[in-house]
Amino acid sequence: MIPQEICDALKAKFPDVIKETKIEGVFDPYVKVAPEKVKDIAQFLRDDDTLAFDSLMCLSGIDYTGGKFGVVYHLHSIKWNHKITLKVEATLENMHCQSVESIWKTANWHEREAFDMYGIIFDGHTDLRRILMPYDWEGHPLRKDYKVPEYYNGMKVPY
Amino acid sequence: MKEFLVNFLQNEILVYTIMVVLPLLWIIPFALFAVWWERKISAHMQDRLGPMRTGGWHGWAQTIADILKLIQKEDIVPGAADRKLFNLAPYIVFVGSFAAYAAIPFSAAYVGSEINIGLFYVISISSLVVVGLLMAGWASNNKWSLFGALRSASQIISYEIPIAVSLLAVIMVVGSFDMQEINQAQAGWFWNWFVFQKPPLLFVAFLIYFVASLAEVNRTPFDIPEAESELVAGYHTEYAGMKFALLFLAEYANMFAVSAIAASVFFGGWNSPFGDFLTGPWWGLFWFIAKSMSFIFVQMWLRWTLPRLRVDQLMYVGWKVLIPFSFAIVIGIGFWVMMGQ
Amino acid sequence: MQTTLVQEEVDSRPVTVPGFSRPLRSHEMVINMGPQHPSTHGVLRLELIVDGEIVVDAIPHIGYLHRCFEKHAEYMTNYQQVIPYCDRMDYVAAMNAEFGYVVACEKLLKIKVPDRVEYIRVIMAEFQRIASHLIAIGTYGMDIGAFTPFLFCMRDREAILDIYEQTCGARLLYNYMWIGGLSHDVPADFSEKVKRFCKMFRGTINELNDLLSYNKIFVERTANVGVLPGDVAINCGASGPVLRGSGVKFDVRKNDPYSVYDKLDFEIPVGKGLKGVVGDCWDRYMVRVHEMEQSLNIIEQAVDTLPPGDVQSAIPKRIRPDASEVYVRTETPKGEIGYYVVADGTASPYRVKVRPPCFVNLSVLPAMVRGSMIADVVAVLGSIDIVLGEVDR
Repeated sequence: MIPQEICDALKAKFPDVIKETKIEGVFDPYVKVAPEKVKDIAQFLRDDDTLAFDSLMCLSGIDYTGGKFGVVYHLHSIKWNHKITLKVEATLENMHCQSVESIWKTANWHEREAFDMYGIIFDGHTDLRRILMPYDWEGHPLRKDYKVPEYYNGMKVPY
Repeated sequence: MKEFLVNFLQNEILVYTIMVVLPLLWIIPFALFAVWWERKISAHMQDRLGPMRTGGWHGWAQTIADILKLIQKEDIVPGAADRKLFNLAPYIVFVGSFAAYAAIPFSAAYVGSEINIGLFYVISISSLVVVGLLMAGWASNNKWSLFGALRSASQIISYEIPIAVSLLAVIMVVGSFDMQEINQAQAGWFWNWFVFQKPPLLFVAFLIYFVASLAEVNRTPFDIPEAESELVAGYHTEYAGMKFALLFLAEYANMFAVSAIAASVFFGGWNSPFGDFLTGPWWGLFWFIAKSMSFIFVQMWLRWTLPRLRVDQLMYVGWKVLIPFSFAIVIGIGFWVMMGQ
Repeated sequence: MQTTLVQEEVDSRPVTVPGFSRPLRSHEMVINMGPQHPSTHGVLRLELIVDGEIVVDAIPHIGYLHRCFEKHAEYMTNYQQVIPYCDRMDYVAAMNAEFGYVVACEKLLKIKVPDRVEYIRVIMAEFQRIASHLIAIGTYGMDIGAFTPFLFCMRDREAILDIYEQTCGARLLYNYMWIGGLSHDVPADFSEKVKRFCKMFRGTINELNDLLSYNKIFVERTANVGVLPGDVAINCGASGPVLRGSGVKFDVRKNDPYSVYDKLDFEIPVGKGLKGVVGDCWDRYMVRVHEMEQSLNIIEQAVDTLPPGDVQSAIPKRIRPDASEVYVRTETPKGEIGYYVVADGTASPYRVKVRPPCFVNLSVLPAMVRGSMIADVVAVLGSIDIVLGEVDR
């Protein structure tokens, strides 16, 4: 299936959830969706027989600066060998996004990492703890406005 | 030798002391040599050279330097360990393996103690090691040590049975537990050795004994109590310095003990392979040590070739393969001996 | 009497472990495997909940080797400077890691690299695959208790490192692939050396099979252990030998070709369950052995067709891609590495997200070890072949 058909299928199924699609002029065609519906869309993408996105290649958090954050899902279907990118936007006021852990188990650690690095909260995740940083770390290091702390647990960090 | 010493020194206590110290004088240089030898064997099997510098020729002094370092090391006892048991355990382990030497006939002229139940004594006293290992594992207050200790206890106790039963086959043929008598019964040319007698029953008994003895001394493929890649170092994870050296010494002493039993029970002990050629007390000592060392070589060879079994597979081999076969051999030998009378 | 009462009170309080779904039962013990453990291949820490020797659950704790790769990448003053950091992710397969990054950047910059560069990159990447698999196989043997194959593997890996050293001066972390080219051309006697190595190495693969792969004890320890069914493997995002060991015929080099892999002829080995169930540790191990043979085929083909040319002609003077983003995945020895590079029109990357294969493969571990024994945890962990530098970045 070419990306246009995937977008059309998604638009037909979820007419008011799809915010934006972009196919021309980008390396990876993407579909921008609402964060509170991403699980339903993921379920549809995985279970629909003509789409069959059985693998989540990558899940990345991203900071677009100015209090805008994003989650990017790169999907691939081993069955049909086609790809699509899902994008979700979150804001500093509402750092919530639905978890797709129950759809693709890969998302478990990727979502933990996005939570760790950007503070995006994935609703419905079974075990949302920090993963790369120490469990008692303060702040989310990959945010663009992150200041490297001078002290960790009262210890001065030498540079 | 005992009579000679008694006549010479006129003091039984002194004689017994000498008789006891002699195996100890053997164990320490043997362990030093065997550690170096093992390192050389492993190195050459693995396309490298091993220690080459200390002492000059092929690093012969490497283990001496190592033991000197271990002696000087700080004696560390973990804070939460049971100090008494922790300190006692290495000695129990060493005593267990050293006590077995009492009944091993090094030569026609020398056996530590001429008891008429020698083999029985050796089998039973070597189980004392288990107590020490359990103590070491429990007292370390370390979960990995505890796992190592539990594994070694279950392993050694399971493998005592095939060892005892396979040796029983030889005892039935000789009709005696006395190690010297067992050796004397194999005098003459090498086809008189028990491993070649009553074919193939005693040969299979030897194989069972040898496999089980590998487990008894925690050598690969049965080294699961100290499985380096699973349990860090098993029961001796927390030991350092001299106590570690003692555990290490006991391990090598045990290796020699089981090899020596294999040599004396199945391979003629101090008998020359060639009838009356090169016999006598000193040549007897030579043959005995040469035979034992060749078994130690095989043990090392296996260690650097084979992977390790899992704990349940180890139990499977022990209980479902070795023990039934060893019992079958005992029954077979029983019939054979009965028919012969 | 008083003390016993207090003791009972303490015992009756439920003990919970973060990451484990229920409180511990009284016969369950938490045992800490790592970060200093001989078989966790670095600084992985596994919290094992064990019932005797049986593992109830395993909770991985990672991050001990976190070196802020993604933050560093954003702080670099240009795209080229990220490459040494890519090297340091999977330090036993540095070539493959930088390969993925340069492919992503070239796509972002819309550069066409000369064929000679592509072929040399493929040769280097396949050599690195052999070297990495040799470490994987050798340390796997060591996990199972066979020490000797490890040193045989290291000996053969040394020959590969010598070729690298002659080419670019480095043996472990190369910084060899640059955006649009290579740091050095190959030396004059390169193809002879490569062919000599290929001839020698085919023999040593057989030696390795005799010593380890078909060893009865090794098969006993690895067959039917840590079984990962194919559909679970896909759902968990497993890739590389872990995915192919489960019988899924998927390789980025074939299914989503990059560089010149579509011009080369090679097979994708998959686990067939010869010694047990499809997807057990032995299958994953054997996929690696067969992959080394396939890599030799690729290297021989690539060396024979190596076109002449300049390896630095396509290197751009100024690396400043337009505001755009790209996700590129390539096949490393461990699996599929993905680079999500976001450019904002400046000289330094706005965001570089790595999808490390080891990170995802490691997340499958708890599902594979539940209900097995402690010794199997080591066997399964070895068969996944993780490098903590890449898990933690």
